[in-house]
Amino acid sequence: MNFSEGILKNDEYAIYKLRELYRQYGYSHYKVSKFEEYDLYARNKNFLVSENILTFTDTNGKLMALKPDVTLSIVKNVNGNDDAVRKLYYNETVYRTAAGSDGFREIMQTGLECIGTLGLYDVCEVIMLAQKSLSLIAEDYILDLSHMGFLTGLLEQAGICNEDTEGLLHCMANKNKAEILTYCTSRGIAADEIEKICLVTDLYAPLQEALPRIRPLVCGEKMEKAYEQLCSIQSMMQTYGNDTRIYLDFSMTQDMRYYNDIIFRGFLNGIPESVLSGGRYDSLLQRMGKQAGAIGFAVYLDRLEFLPTMRDTFDCDVLLTYEDGVRTEAIVQTVESFQRDGRRVLVQPGQTDMIRYREHVHLSTQETEGQNQ
Amino acid sequence: MINIALPKGRLGEKAYRIFEQAGYECPSIHEENRKLIFENPEKGVRYFWVKPSDVVIYVERGAADIGIAGKDIILEYEPDIYELADLGIGKCRMAVACKKEFCDTRDRTLRVATKFPHIARGYYNRISREIDIIKLNGSIELAPILGLSDVIVDIVETGKTLLENDLEPRETIVDISARLVANKVSYKFKNKEISAMCQALRAAQANK
Repeated sequence: MNFSEGILKNDEYAIYKLRELYRQYGYSHYKVSKFEEYDLYARNKNFLVSENILTFTDTNGKLMALKPDVTLSIVKNVNGNDDAVRKLYYNETVYRTAAGSDGFREIMQTGLECIGTLGLYDVCEVIMLAQKSLSLIAEDYILDLSHMGFLTGLLEQAGICNEDTEGLLHCMANKNKAEILTYCTSRGIAADEIEKICLVTDLYAPLQEALPRIRPLVCGEKMEKAYEQLCSIQSMMQTYGNDTRIYLDFSMTQDMRYYNDIIFRGFLNGIPESVLSGGRYDSLLQRMGKQAGAIGFAVYLDRLEFLPTMRDTFDCDVLLTYEDGVRTEAIVQTVESFQRDGRRVLVQPGQTDMIRYREHVHLSTQETEGQNQ
Repeated sequence: MINIALPKGRLGEKAYRIFEQAGYECPSIHEENRKLIFENPEKGVRYFWVKPSDVVIYVERGAADIGIAGKDIILEYEPDIYELADLGIGKCRMAVACKKEFCDTRDRTLRVATKFPHIARGYYNRISREIDIIKLNGSIELAPILGLSDVIVDIVETGKTLLENDLEPRETIVDISARLVANKVSYKFKNKEISAMCQALRAAQANK
Protein backbone atom coordinates (compact mmCIF):
# COMPACT_ATOMS: atom_id res chain seq x y z
CA MET A 1 0.00 0.00 0.00
CA ASN A 2 1.29 3.42 -0.89
CA PHE A 3 1.34 5.15 2.49
CA SER A 4 1.31 8.91 2.74
CA GLU A 5 2.27 10.19 6.20
CA GLY A 6 1.11 13.71 5.39
CA ILE A 7 -2.57 12.81 5.47
CA LEU A 8 -2.47 11.12 8.87
CA LYS A 9 -3.59 12.76 12.11
CA ASN A 10 -1.02 12.84 14.95
CA ASP A 11 -2.43 9.78 16.72
CA GLU A 12 -2.79 7.76 13.51
CA TYR A 13 0.77 8.58 12.54
CA ALA A 14 1.98 7.62 16.03
CA ILE A 15 0.20 4.24 15.93
CA TYR A 16 1.81 3.42 12.60
CA LYS A 17 5.32 4.46 13.63
CA LEU A 18 5.15 2.87 17.09
CA ARG A 19 3.91 -0.47 15.75
CA GLU A 20 6.82 -0.49 13.36
CA LEU A 21 9.23 0.27 16.23
CA TYR A 22 7.91 -2.40 18.61
CA ARG A 23 7.90 -5.04 15.89
CA GLN A 24 11.57 -4.28 15.18
CA TYR A 25 12.39 -5.43 18.70
CA GLY A 26 10.37 -8.64 18.41
CA TYR A 27 7.25 -7.49 20.23
CA SER A 28 4.14 -9.24 18.96
CA HIS A 29 0.68 -7.76 18.70
CA TYR A 30 -1.72 -8.73 21.50
CA LYS A 31 -5.45 -8.12 21.19
CA VAL A 32 -7.64 -8.11 24.27
CA SER A 33 -11.40 -8.22 24.56
CA LYS A 34 -13.33 -4.95 24.87
CA PHE A 35 -15.04 -6.22 28.04
CA GLU A 36 -13.71 -7.77 31.23
CA GLU A 37 -15.42 -9.05 34.35
CA TYR A 38 -15.78 -6.11 36.73
CA ASP A 39 -14.25 -8.20 39.51
CA LEU A 40 -10.77 -7.91 37.94
CA TYR A 41 -10.80 -4.15 38.38
CA ALA A 42 -12.55 -4.20 41.77
CA ARG A 43 -9.65 -6.32 43.10
CA ASN A 44 -7.01 -3.98 41.67
CA LYS A 45 -8.64 -0.54 41.90
CA ASN A 46 -5.48 1.19 43.06
CA PHE A 47 -3.63 0.04 39.94
CA LEU A 48 -6.02 2.01 37.75
CA VAL A 49 -5.48 5.62 36.71
CA SER A 50 -9.10 6.50 37.43
CA GLU A 51 -11.41 4.68 39.84
CA ASN A 52 -14.54 5.13 37.78
CA ILE A 53 -15.44 2.11 35.68
CA LEU A 54 -18.14 1.81 33.06
CA THR A 55 -20.12 -1.32 33.94
CA PHE A 56 -23.05 -3.28 32.53
CA THR A 57 -24.78 -6.56 33.27
CA ASP A 58 -24.10 -9.29 30.73
CA THR A 59 -26.85 -11.60 29.42
CA ASN A 60 -25.82 -14.24 31.98
CA GLY A 61 -26.18 -11.79 34.87
CA LYS A 62 -22.44 -11.18 35.35
CA LEU A 63 -21.28 -7.65 36.06
CA MET A 64 -18.98 -6.66 33.22
CA ALA A 65 -16.86 -3.57 32.54
CA LEU A 66 -15.65 -1.75 29.46
CA LYS A 67 -11.95 -2.02 30.08
CA PRO A 68 -10.40 1.05 31.74
CA ASP A 69 -6.91 -0.44 31.42
CA VAL A 70 -5.08 -2.89 29.17
CA THR A 71 -2.21 -4.07 31.41
CA LEU A 72 -4.49 -5.95 33.83
CA SER A 73 -6.11 -7.88 30.97
CA ILE A 74 -2.73 -8.87 29.55
CA VAL A 75 -1.19 -9.83 32.89
CA LYS A 76 -4.24 -11.90 33.78
CA ASN A 77 -3.87 -13.98 30.63
CA VAL A 78 -0.11 -14.25 30.19
CA ASN A 79 1.65 -17.01 32.05
CA GLY A 80 4.83 -15.40 33.29
CA ASN A 81 6.12 -18.48 35.08
CA ASP A 82 7.90 -20.08 32.12
CA ASP A 83 11.46 -19.36 30.97
CA ALA A 84 10.62 -17.16 28.00
CA VAL A 85 10.14 -13.43 28.38
CA ARG A 86 6.86 -12.49 26.70
CA LYS A 87 7.15 -9.27 24.71
CA LEU A 88 3.81 -7.87 23.59
CA TYR A 89 2.45 -4.64 22.23
CA TYR A 90 -1.15 -3.52 21.97
CA ASN A 91 -3.29 -0.87 20.45
CA GLU A 92 -6.58 -0.66 22.32
CA THR A 93 -9.41 1.62 23.34
CA VAL A 94 -9.98 2.16 27.05
CA TYR A 95 -12.85 3.88 28.84
CA ARG A 96 -12.17 6.13 31.80
CA THR A 97 -12.90 9.50 33.31
CA ALA A 98 -10.30 12.22 33.07
CA ALA A 99 -9.26 14.07 36.24
CA GLY A 100 -11.64 16.93 36.89
CA SER A 101 -14.21 15.71 34.40
CA ASP A 102 -17.43 13.94 35.26
CA GLY A 103 -17.96 12.02 32.03
CA PHE A 104 -16.40 8.91 30.54
CA ARG A 105 -14.09 9.20 27.58
CA GLU A 106 -13.01 6.73 24.95
CA ILE A 107 -9.22 6.81 24.86
CA MET A 108 -6.95 5.21 22.29
CA GLN A 109 -3.87 3.73 23.87
CA THR A 110 -0.87 1.97 22.51
CA GLY A 111 1.85 0.39 24.59
CA LEU A 112 3.87 -2.66 25.41
CA GLU A 113 4.41 -5.16 28.18
CA CYS A 114 7.45 -7.33 28.87
CA ILE A 115 6.63 -10.21 31.24
CA GLY A 116 8.81 -13.05 32.55
CA THR A 117 12.17 -13.50 34.23
CA LEU A 118 13.50 -10.05 33.46
CA GLY A 119 17.15 -9.15 33.20
CA LEU A 120 18.78 -5.74 33.08
CA TYR A 121 18.67 -5.85 29.29
CA ASP A 122 14.87 -6.22 29.24
CA VAL A 123 14.40 -3.27 31.59
CA CYS A 124 16.75 -1.08 29.56
CA GLU A 125 15.15 -2.15 26.29
CA VAL A 126 11.71 -1.04 27.55
CA ILE A 127 13.07 2.31 28.75
CA MET A 128 14.86 2.79 25.44
CA LEU A 129 11.63 1.95 23.58
CA ALA A 130 9.77 4.50 25.72
CA GLN A 131 12.38 7.10 24.83
CA LYS A 132 12.27 6.16 21.13
CA SER A 133 8.45 6.23 21.16
CA LEU A 134 8.57 9.84 22.34
CA SER A 135 11.23 10.82 19.84
CA LEU A 136 9.17 9.35 16.99
CA ILE A 137 6.20 11.51 17.94
CA ALA A 138 8.02 14.82 18.54
CA GLU A 139 11.55 16.15 18.62
CA ASP A 140 11.23 18.08 21.87
CA TYR A 141 10.51 15.44 24.51
CA ILE A 142 11.61 14.48 28.01
CA LEU A 143 11.58 11.07 29.67
CA ASP A 144 11.58 11.26 33.48
CA LEU A 145 12.76 8.33 35.59
CA SER A 146 12.09 7.63 39.24
CA HIS A 147 12.59 4.56 41.43
CA MET A 148 10.06 3.35 43.97
CA GLY A 149 12.74 1.15 45.62
CA PHE A 150 14.90 4.24 46.18
CA LEU A 151 11.97 6.17 47.64
CA THR A 152 10.88 3.29 49.91
CA GLY A 153 14.46 2.97 51.16
CA LEU A 154 14.71 6.73 51.76
CA LEU A 155 11.48 6.86 53.77
CA GLU A 156 12.35 3.72 55.74
CA GLN A 157 15.76 5.17 56.63
CA ALA A 158 14.05 8.36 57.80
CA GLY A 159 11.78 6.29 60.05
CA ILE A 160 8.54 7.17 58.26
CA CYS A 161 5.93 4.59 59.24
CA ASN A 162 3.68 2.91 56.64
CA GLU A 163 0.56 4.97 57.47
CA ASP A 164 2.46 8.20 56.82
CA THR A 165 4.07 7.09 53.56
CA GLU A 166 1.13 7.90 51.29
CA GLY A 167 0.71 11.43 52.70
CA LEU A 168 4.41 12.17 52.41
CA LEU A 169 4.63 10.81 48.86
CA HIS A 170 1.75 13.15 47.98
CA CYS A 171 3.75 16.15 49.28
CA MET A 172 6.79 14.91 47.34
CA ALA A 173 4.71 14.52 44.16
CA ASN A 174 3.84 18.23 44.39
CA LYS A 175 7.46 19.22 45.16
CA ASN A 176 5.95 20.82 48.24
CA LYS A 177 8.91 21.25 50.55
CA ALA A 178 7.00 23.49 52.97
CA GLU A 179 4.46 20.72 53.55
CA ILE A 180 7.17 18.02 53.80
CA LEU A 181 8.79 20.04 56.55
CA THR A 182 5.53 20.42 58.49
CA TYR A 183 4.57 16.78 57.91
CA CYS A 184 7.91 15.34 59.05
CA THR A 185 8.47 17.75 61.94
CA SER A 186 5.07 16.91 63.41
CA ARG A 187 6.07 13.23 63.32
CA GLY A 188 9.40 13.77 65.06
CA ILE A 189 11.61 12.96 62.06
CA ALA A 190 15.25 14.03 62.47
CA ALA A 191 16.26 17.29 60.76
CA ASP A 192 18.98 15.68 58.62
CA GLU A 193 16.51 13.08 57.32
CA ILE A 194 14.00 15.81 56.45
CA GLU A 195 16.73 17.63 54.58
CA LYS A 196 17.49 14.47 52.61
CA ILE A 197 13.83 14.04 51.67
CA CYS A 198 13.67 17.70 50.57
CA LEU A 199 16.85 17.34 48.50
CA VAL A 200 15.51 14.24 46.74
CA THR A 201 12.15 15.96 46.11
CA ASP A 202 13.77 19.07 44.72
CA LEU A 203 16.18 17.25 42.41
CA TYR A 204 15.44 17.59 38.71
CA ALA A 205 18.37 17.02 36.39
CA PRO A 206 19.53 14.86 33.48
CA LEU A 207 20.19 11.31 34.75
CA GLN A 208 23.93 11.54 34.17
CA GLU A 209 24.16 14.75 36.18
CA ALA A 210 21.73 13.66 38.90
CA LEU A 211 23.38 10.35 39.83
CA PRO A 212 26.53 11.82 41.44
CA ARG A 213 24.29 14.24 43.33
CA ILE A 214 22.22 11.48 44.94
CA ARG A 215 25.23 9.24 45.69
CA PRO A 216 25.93 10.83 49.13
CA LEU A 217 22.29 10.27 50.12
CA VAL A 218 22.33 6.52 49.44
CA CYS A 219 22.02 4.53 52.63
CA GLY A 220 20.78 0.98 53.23
CA GLU A 221 20.24 -2.02 50.97
CA LYS A 222 17.14 -0.78 49.10
CA MET A 223 18.64 2.57 48.14
CA GLU A 224 21.97 0.96 47.25
CA LYS A 225 20.27 -1.56 44.93
CA ALA A 226 18.14 1.13 43.32
CA TYR A 227 21.13 3.42 42.85
CA GLU A 228 23.14 0.66 41.16
CA GLN A 229 20.22 -0.08 38.86
CA LEU A 230 19.89 3.59 37.91
CA CYS A 231 23.63 3.67 37.15
CA SER A 232 23.31 0.58 34.94
CA ILE A 233 20.35 2.14 33.12
CA GLN A 234 22.34 5.34 32.58
CA SER A 235 25.25 3.36 31.16
CA MET A 236 22.94 1.34 28.84
CA MET A 237 21.17 4.48 27.66
CA GLN A 238 24.55 5.94 26.77
CA THR A 239 25.22 2.80 24.74
CA TYR A 240 21.93 3.36 22.91
CA GLY A 241 23.27 6.80 22.17
CA ASN A 242 20.59 9.18 23.37
CA ASP A 243 20.54 9.82 27.09
CA THR A 244 20.50 13.61 27.18
CA ARG A 245 16.71 13.82 27.36
CA ILE A 246 16.39 11.35 30.24
CA TYR A 247 15.92 13.08 33.59
CA LEU A 248 15.74 11.91 37.17
CA ASP A 249 12.70 13.15 39.09
CA PHE A 250 11.88 11.47 42.40
CA SER A 251 8.78 13.61 42.81
CA MET A 252 7.21 11.17 40.37
CA THR A 253 5.64 8.38 42.42
CA GLN A 254 3.32 5.44 41.93
CA ASP A 255 1.30 3.17 44.18
CA MET A 256 3.80 1.10 46.17
CA ARG A 257 1.41 -1.87 46.28
CA TYR A 258 1.98 -2.40 42.55
CA TYR A 259 5.15 -0.59 41.56
CA ASN A 260 8.32 -1.62 43.36
CA ASP A 261 11.12 -0.56 41.08
CA ILE A 262 11.84 1.78 38.17
CA ILE A 263 8.96 4.02 36.98
CA PHE A 264 8.95 6.57 34.15
CA ARG A 265 6.82 9.16 32.41
CA GLY A 266 7.20 10.90 29.06
CA PHE A 267 6.37 14.49 28.13
CA LEU A 268 6.21 16.44 24.88
CA ASN A 269 6.73 20.18 24.74
CA GLY A 270 3.34 21.79 24.18
CA ILE A 271 1.22 19.12 25.89
CA PRO A 272 0.49 20.05 29.52
CA GLU A 273 0.37 16.47 30.86
CA SER A 274 2.30 13.24 30.43
CA VAL A 275 1.79 11.34 27.18
CA LEU A 276 3.56 8.16 28.27
CA SER A 277 3.53 6.35 31.58
CA GLY A 278 5.12 3.11 32.67
CA GLY A 279 7.19 1.17 35.12
CA ARG A 280 8.07 -2.16 36.60
CA TYR A 281 5.14 -3.76 38.40
CA ASP A 282 6.31 -7.16 39.71
CA SER A 283 4.09 -6.70 42.78
CA LEU A 284 0.96 -6.84 40.62
CA LEU A 285 2.02 -10.21 39.25
CA GLN A 286 2.73 -11.49 42.73
CA ARG A 287 -0.75 -10.41 43.82
CA MET A 288 -2.06 -12.51 40.94
CA GLY A 289 0.03 -15.52 42.07
CA LYS A 290 2.64 -15.28 39.30
CA GLN A 291 6.32 -15.51 40.13
CA ALA A 292 7.67 -13.28 37.40
CA GLY A 293 8.69 -9.75 36.69
CA ALA A 294 6.88 -7.27 34.43
CA ILE A 295 7.60 -3.87 32.96
CA GLY A 296 5.70 -1.88 30.38
CA PHE A 297 4.26 1.44 29.37
CA ALA A 298 1.31 3.05 27.66
CA VAL A 299 1.22 5.97 25.24
CA TYR A 300 -1.90 8.14 25.57
CA LEU A 301 -2.70 8.83 21.95
CA ASP A 302 -5.67 11.11 22.66
CA ARG A 303 -3.30 13.68 24.17
CA LEU A 304 -1.45 14.02 20.88
CA GLU A 305 -4.39 16.08 19.60
CA PHE A 306 -2.78 19.06 21.36
CA LEU A 307 0.45 18.74 19.40
CA PRO A 308 1.01 21.47 16.85
CA THR A 309 0.54 19.95 13.45
CA MET A 310 0.93 20.95 9.81
CA ARG A 311 -2.84 21.05 9.57
CA ASP A 312 -4.10 22.19 6.19
CA THR A 313 -5.84 25.55 6.27
CA PHE A 314 -7.83 24.63 3.15
CA ASP A 315 -10.52 21.97 2.69
CA CYS A 316 -9.39 21.45 -0.90
CA ASP A 317 -7.05 22.88 -3.50
CA VAL A 318 -9.68 23.36 -6.18
CA LEU A 319 -13.34 24.06 -5.69
CA LEU A 320 -14.99 22.94 -8.90
CA THR A 321 -18.48 24.26 -9.62
CA TYR A 322 -20.50 23.72 -12.75
CA GLU A 323 -23.37 25.25 -14.63
CA ASP A 324 -26.63 23.36 -15.08
CA GLY A 325 -26.41 21.32 -18.22
CA VAL A 326 -22.68 20.55 -18.07
CA ARG A 327 -22.16 16.93 -19.04
CA THR A 328 -21.10 14.59 -16.17
CA GLU A 329 -18.27 13.22 -18.35
CA ALA A 330 -16.81 16.74 -18.63
CA ILE A 331 -16.85 17.14 -14.82
CA VAL A 332 -15.14 13.74 -14.38
CA GLN A 333 -12.44 14.63 -16.90
CA THR A 334 -11.75 17.99 -15.22
CA VAL A 335 -11.58 16.38 -11.74
CA GLU A 336 -9.15 13.73 -12.99
CA SER A 337 -6.92 16.26 -14.69
CA PHE A 338 -6.54 18.25 -11.45
CA GLN A 339 -5.92 15.04 -9.48
CA ARG A 340 -3.17 14.03 -11.90
CA ASP A 341 -1.43 17.28 -10.87
CA GLY A 342 -1.65 16.14 -7.23
CA ARG A 343 -4.41 18.59 -6.32
CA ARG A 344 -7.44 17.87 -4.13
CA VAL A 345 -10.71 18.67 -5.89
CA LEU A 346 -14.09 19.21 -4.30
CA VAL A 347 -17.06 19.28 -6.66
CA GLN A 348 -20.03 21.43 -5.60
CA PRO A 349 -23.06 22.65 -7.55
CA GLY A 350 -22.26 26.26 -6.57
CA GLN A 351 -19.81 28.43 -4.68
CA THR A 352 -20.17 28.49 -0.89
CA ASP A 353 -18.54 30.27 2.08
CA MET A 354 -18.51 27.01 4.04
CA ILE A 355 -15.56 25.65 2.06
CA ARG A 356 -11.98 26.94 2.25
CA TYR A 357 -10.24 26.53 -1.12
CA ARG A 358 -7.11 27.73 -2.86
CA GLU A 359 -8.61 28.12 -6.32
CA HIS A 360 -12.12 28.24 -7.74
CA VAL A 361 -12.86 26.76 -11.18
CA HIS A 362 -16.30 27.05 -12.77
CA LEU A 363 -17.34 24.85 -15.68
CA SER A 364 -19.79 26.39 -18.13
CA THR A 365 -21.77 24.52 -20.80
CA GLN A 366 -20.30 26.75 -23.49
CA GLU A 367 -16.73 25.97 -22.43
CA THR A 368 -17.24 22.19 -22.12
CA GLU A 369 -19.19 21.96 -25.39
CA GLY A 370 -16.39 23.91 -27.12
CA GLN A 371 -13.81 21.46 -25.79
CA ASN A 372 -15.98 18.56 -26.92
CA GLN A 373 -16.08 19.84 -30.50
CA MET B 1 8.82 33.46 28.02
CA ILE B 2 7.20 32.46 31.34
CA ASN B 3 3.43 32.91 31.58
CA ILE B 4 2.32 33.93 35.06
CA ALA B 5 -1.28 33.83 36.31
CA LEU B 6 -1.93 36.31 39.09
CA PRO B 7 -5.12 36.31 41.18
CA LYS B 8 -7.17 39.49 40.77
CA GLY B 9 -7.35 41.57 43.93
CA ARG B 10 -5.16 42.50 46.86
CA LEU B 11 -3.33 39.17 47.03
CA GLY B 12 -2.37 39.34 43.36
CA GLU B 13 -1.09 42.90 43.73
CA LYS B 14 1.03 41.88 46.75
CA ALA B 15 2.33 38.88 44.84
CA TYR B 16 3.22 41.03 41.82
CA ARG B 17 5.28 43.32 44.10
CA ILE B 18 7.36 40.27 45.12
CA PHE B 19 7.95 39.44 41.45
CA GLU B 20 8.93 43.07 40.91
CA GLN B 21 11.41 42.95 43.80
CA ALA B 22 12.80 39.70 42.43
CA GLY B 23 13.64 41.45 39.16
CA TYR B 24 10.66 40.39 37.06
CA GLU B 25 8.99 43.76 36.73
CA CYS B 26 6.56 44.61 33.97
CA PRO B 27 5.86 48.37 34.02
CA SER B 28 2.89 48.14 31.63
CA ILE B 29 0.92 46.35 34.35
CA HIS B 30 0.48 49.71 36.14
CA GLU B 31 -1.06 51.40 33.09
CA GLU B 32 -4.76 52.03 33.36
CA ASN B 33 -6.38 50.29 30.44
CA ARG B 34 -8.47 47.26 29.60
CA LYS B 35 -5.59 45.04 28.57
CA LEU B 36 -5.66 41.53 29.94
CA ILE B 37 -2.08 40.49 29.28
CA PHE B 38 1.09 42.38 30.22
CA GLU B 39 4.44 41.47 28.82
CA ASN B 40 8.06 42.33 29.43
CA PRO B 41 10.06 40.49 26.74
CA GLU B 42 13.33 41.74 28.22
CA LYS B 43 12.67 39.90 31.46
CA GLY B 44 10.97 36.98 29.72
CA VAL B 45 7.68 37.31 31.59
CA ARG B 46 4.04 37.63 30.64
CA TYR B 47 1.48 38.36 33.39
CA PHE B 48 -2.28 38.02 33.35
CA TRP B 49 -4.95 38.57 35.98
CA VAL B 50 -7.51 35.84 36.51
CA LYS B 51 -10.21 35.03 39.04
CA PRO B 52 -8.40 33.64 42.14
CA SER B 53 -10.13 30.25 41.92
CA ASP B 54 -9.15 29.95 38.24
CA VAL B 55 -5.38 30.31 38.77
CA VAL B 56 -4.91 26.58 39.40
CA ILE B 57 -6.94 25.72 36.29
CA TYR B 58 -4.75 27.94 34.09
CA VAL B 59 -1.65 26.38 35.62
CA GLU B 60 -2.80 22.76 35.56
CA ARG B 61 -3.84 23.07 31.90
CA GLY B 62 -0.55 24.71 30.95
CA ALA B 63 -2.00 28.08 29.84
CA ALA B 64 0.12 29.55 32.64
CA ASP B 65 3.54 28.12 33.51
CA ILE B 66 3.36 29.39 37.03
CA GLY B 67 0.79 31.14 39.20
CA ILE B 68 -0.04 32.42 42.65
CA ALA B 69 -2.84 30.54 44.36
CA GLY B 70 -4.21 30.44 47.89
CA LYS B 71 -3.77 27.16 49.74
CA ASP B 72 -7.59 27.11 50.15
CA ILE B 73 -8.03 26.88 46.37
CA ILE B 74 -5.33 24.20 46.07
CA LEU B 75 -6.95 22.09 48.78
CA GLU B 76 -10.43 22.52 47.34
CA TYR B 77 -9.62 21.60 43.73
CA GLU B 78 -6.58 19.34 44.29
CA PRO B 79 -5.00 20.21 40.93
CA ASP B 80 -2.08 18.15 39.62
CA ILE B 81 0.55 20.90 39.91
CA TYR B 82 3.80 21.60 41.74
CA GLU B 83 3.57 23.72 44.85
CA LEU B 84 7.02 25.28 44.83
CA ALA B 85 6.99 27.82 47.63
CA ASP B 86 4.95 29.36 50.41
CA LEU B 87 5.11 33.11 49.72
CA GLY B 88 4.05 33.91 53.28
CA ILE B 89 1.46 36.46 52.15
CA GLY B 90 -2.33 36.34 52.32
CA LYS B 91 -2.14 34.51 55.63
CA CYS B 92 -5.46 33.40 57.13
CA ARG B 93 -7.08 30.13 58.20
CA MET B 94 -9.90 27.84 57.14
CA ALA B 95 -12.14 27.46 60.17
CA VAL B 96 -15.49 26.23 61.40
CA ALA B 97 -17.61 29.08 62.72
CA CYS B 98 -21.10 29.24 64.20
CA LYS B 99 -23.43 31.30 66.36
CA LYS B 100 -21.94 31.89 69.80
CA GLU B 101 -24.69 29.92 71.50
CA PHE B 102 -24.49 26.92 69.16
CA CYS B 103 -23.45 23.62 70.75
CA ASP B 104 -22.80 20.60 68.52
CA THR B 105 -24.25 17.68 70.47
CA ARG B 106 -23.54 15.16 67.65
CA ASP B 107 -27.05 13.73 67.98
CA ARG B 108 -28.11 14.81 64.50
CA THR B 109 -26.69 15.54 61.07
CA LEU B 110 -24.70 18.78 61.09
CA ARG B 111 -25.70 21.31 58.41
CA VAL B 112 -22.57 22.94 57.01
CA ALA B 113 -22.69 25.97 54.69
CA THR B 114 -19.52 26.61 52.72
CA LYS B 115 -17.83 27.73 49.53
CA PHE B 116 -15.37 24.87 50.04
CA PRO B 117 -17.39 21.61 50.03
CA HIS B 118 -14.36 19.41 49.36
CA ILE B 119 -12.35 20.77 52.29
CA ALA B 120 -15.40 20.67 54.59
CA ARG B 121 -16.26 17.09 53.64
CA GLY B 122 -12.65 15.98 54.14
CA TYR B 123 -12.49 17.58 57.58
CA TYR B 124 -15.74 16.06 58.84
CA ASN B 125 -14.89 12.65 57.33
CA ARG B 126 -11.69 12.65 59.36
CA ILE B 127 -13.65 13.18 62.58
CA SER B 128 -16.44 10.79 61.44
CA ARG B 129 -19.16 13.42 61.65
CA GLU B 130 -22.23 13.05 59.47
CA ILE B 131 -22.93 16.32 57.67
CA ASP B 132 -25.22 17.90 55.12
CA ILE B 133 -23.21 20.24 52.87
CA ILE B 134 -24.93 23.40 51.67
CA LYS B 135 -22.80 24.87 48.88
CA LEU B 136 -23.01 28.67 48.76
CA ASN B 137 -21.14 31.11 46.56
CA GLY B 138 -20.95 34.12 48.86
CA SER B 139 -22.21 35.77 52.09
CA ILE B 140 -21.62 32.50 53.92
CA GLU B 141 -22.04 34.22 57.32
CA LEU B 142 -25.73 34.68 56.60
CA ALA B 143 -26.41 30.94 56.64
CA PRO B 144 -26.29 30.26 60.42
CA ILE B 145 -27.94 33.61 61.22
CA LEU B 146 -30.97 32.76 59.08
CA GLY B 147 -31.03 29.12 60.19
CA LEU B 148 -29.92 27.75 56.81
CA SER B 149 -27.02 25.93 58.47
CA ASP B 150 -25.68 25.07 61.91
CA VAL B 151 -22.09 26.01 61.10
CA ILE B 152 -20.04 27.46 58.28
CA VAL B 153 -16.63 26.44 56.97
CA ASP B 154 -14.92 29.52 55.64
CA ILE B 155 -11.78 31.62 55.54
CA VAL B 156 -11.14 33.65 58.68
CA GLU B 157 -8.62 36.45 58.52
CA THR B 158 -9.16 38.72 61.51
CA GLY B 159 -12.50 37.31 62.66
CA LYS B 160 -14.03 40.82 62.55
CA THR B 161 -16.84 39.94 60.10
CA LEU B 162 -17.79 36.96 62.24
CA LEU B 163 -17.80 39.05 65.40
CA GLU B 164 -19.96 41.76 63.86
CA ASN B 165 -22.50 39.11 62.96
CA ASP B 166 -22.55 37.44 66.35
CA LEU B 167 -20.61 34.46 65.11
CA GLU B 168 -17.41 32.99 66.45
CA PRO B 169 -14.69 30.80 65.00
CA ARG B 170 -14.36 27.37 66.59
CA GLU B 171 -11.98 24.71 65.16
CA THR B 172 -9.20 25.66 62.74
CA ILE B 173 -9.10 23.20 59.82
CA VAL B 174 -5.94 24.42 58.11
CA ASP B 175 -3.71 27.50 57.89
CA ILE B 176 -3.83 29.27 54.55
CA SER B 177 -1.30 31.39 52.66
CA ALA B 178 -0.39 32.16 49.05
CA ARG B 179 1.64 29.53 47.20
CA LEU B 180 3.79 29.68 44.12
CA VAL B 181 2.50 26.90 41.86
CA ALA B 182 3.83 25.54 38.56
CA ASN B 183 2.59 23.39 35.73
CA LYS B 184 4.39 20.04 35.95
CA VAL B 185 5.35 19.93 32.27
CA SER B 186 6.38 23.61 32.04
CA TYR B 187 8.63 22.97 35.04
CA LYS B 188 10.46 20.35 32.96
CA PHE B 189 10.76 22.22 29.67
CA LYS B 190 11.45 25.64 31.24
CA ASN B 191 13.35 24.28 34.21
CA LYS B 192 16.24 26.75 34.19
CA GLU B 193 13.97 29.79 33.94
CA ILE B 194 11.48 28.60 36.55
CA SER B 195 14.17 27.47 39.00
CA ALA B 196 15.95 30.83 38.67
CA MET B 197 12.66 32.63 39.23
CA CYS B 198 11.90 30.54 42.36
CA GLN B 199 15.29 31.36 43.79
CA ALA B 200 14.90 35.07 43.07
CA LEU B 201 11.42 35.09 44.65
CA ARG B 202 12.69 33.33 47.78
CA ALA B 203 15.56 35.82 48.03
CA ALA B 204 13.14 38.74 47.58
CA GLN B 205 10.97 37.28 50.36
CA ALA B 206 13.94 36.82 52.66
CA ASN B 207 15.10 40.42 52.13
CA LYS B 208 11.75 41.87 53.08
